[in-house]
Amino acid sequence: MNNKFRNNPELKPLLQKIKNVIATLDGKALPLKFMEVCGTHTVSILKFGFRHYFKDSIKFLSGPGCPVCVTSAHDVDKIIYLAQQGNHLVTFGDLIKVPGTHSSLEREIAKGATVDVVYSPLDTIKIASNTKKEVIFIAIGFETTIPVIAGLVLDAYAQQINNVSILCLVKTMPNVLRFLLSQLKGEIDGMIMPGHVSVIIGSEPYEFVPQEYGIPCAIAGFEPVDLGLGIQTLVAQISSRDPKVDNRYTRMVRSEGNRAAQELISAVFQECDVSWRGFGSIPRSGLCLNEEFSFFDAEKRFRIKVKDEVVQSACICGDIIAGRKSPLDCTLFRKNCTPENPIGPCMVSFEGACAAYYKYGE
Amino acid sequence: MCLAVPYRIISKDGNKAIADVFGMQKEIDIRIIEDVDVDEYVLVHAGFAIQRVSQEDAKETLELLTELCEAEE
Ligand code: SF4
Repeated sequence: MNNKFRNNPELKPLLQKIKNVIATLDGKALPLKFMEVCGTHTVSILKFGFRHYFKDSIKFLSGPGCPVCVTSAHDVDKIIYLAQQGNHLVTFGDLIKVPGTHSSLEREIAKGATVDVVYSPLDTIKIASNTKKEVIFIAIGFETTIPVIAGLVLDAYAQQINNVSILCLVKTMPNVLRFLLSQLKGEIDGMIMPGHVSVIIGSEPYEFVPQEYGIPCAIAGFEPVDLGLGIQTLVAQISSRDPKVDNRYTRMVRSEGNRAAQELISAVFQECDVSWRGFGSIPRSGLCLNEEFSFFDAEKRFRIKVKDEVVQSACICGDIIAGRKSPLDCTLFRKNCTPENPIGPCMVSFEGACAAYYKYGE
Repeated sequence: MCLAVPYRIISKDGNKAIADVFGMQKEIDIRIIEDVDVDEYVLVHAGFAIQRVSQEDAKETLELLTELCEAEE
């Protein structure tokens, strides 16, 4: 194991114990296949050497937990259209380089589009107060980020800031997992659930995974010891043939999640079918603004004219976030596709599997 | 993008607070954290406090983070 673990006395014995238990599993084909749903976990697994350490015993599959990676090219085209119409866009930095069908925000900025990168969606209010232009926040993210976006909408409403809207592309976890599990039957031995999504939704929404699919689940944090504890419970559950949702991140995640955050979300949003890169539309896998706040919906405020084009590409990002392929299976990886010149979103985002393999993969 | 980090509240004013992590101070939004006090810890994501955390849990997380930063060097 690489020396990044040197300062942590608990970790090495923990990992050795996991290996010992794996060695005693009978009737189970190795390597075990674990999906880490969250992109930040993908980064941790590569960065801290877990992939290498467990190379014969565990295969880590990336999941759909990278907000930029799951945004479809069609949705990126909508963002670019809004920029081309002279609106003032506000976004998280990750989206800038993501290629749409014909352009990217980066190229539109070079041509004079106005795009602000923010740390918090709430900054959109200040930006909108200082301009007469229409200001559109590009709302991507999962349950961790959705309360913040709800906060932005409520602030704009309360302060009557009428030149703010959001392009709502937010997505939620439980039903995309259901979709993937029904496709990957028998191909997954365990799931590591996203730690900070779970802070909001709690552990209860994952109960269907062991109950209906018989698959062990761990809620884990992002530090090496956290991940080690997550992997340990998955292996133990396989060994005891007792799949459940085991919360190994109790210092942050409560079983009921954060009710106040959930209330904030349901005050502003309602469930809807949304479309995911590589998967198409999945029932009730995202949120849109409810009736009361539909005034802030950029799709309603602007007539977004974008063709639904299918462009042939060798990029297999959609298969990677479905756990079907690894970045190393992509013929463009490292050769044509690099973080400086990304062809797909999985190479753009810091949390994208391709970017993580590029940076930390051997 | 879904990463969240524990911050210590330094001062507050309505829905907003100034909070500190590793000596860095930021304005954060605390509207969903009921009656949070100065010196308490909250988990912050994208400028928004999403959860109150105990001092012990916050310290443990920050220690793990510090270890990682050192290991990075
Ligand atoms: S390496 Fe590039 S082209 Fe290949 S799957 Fe990843 S993002 Fe797509």
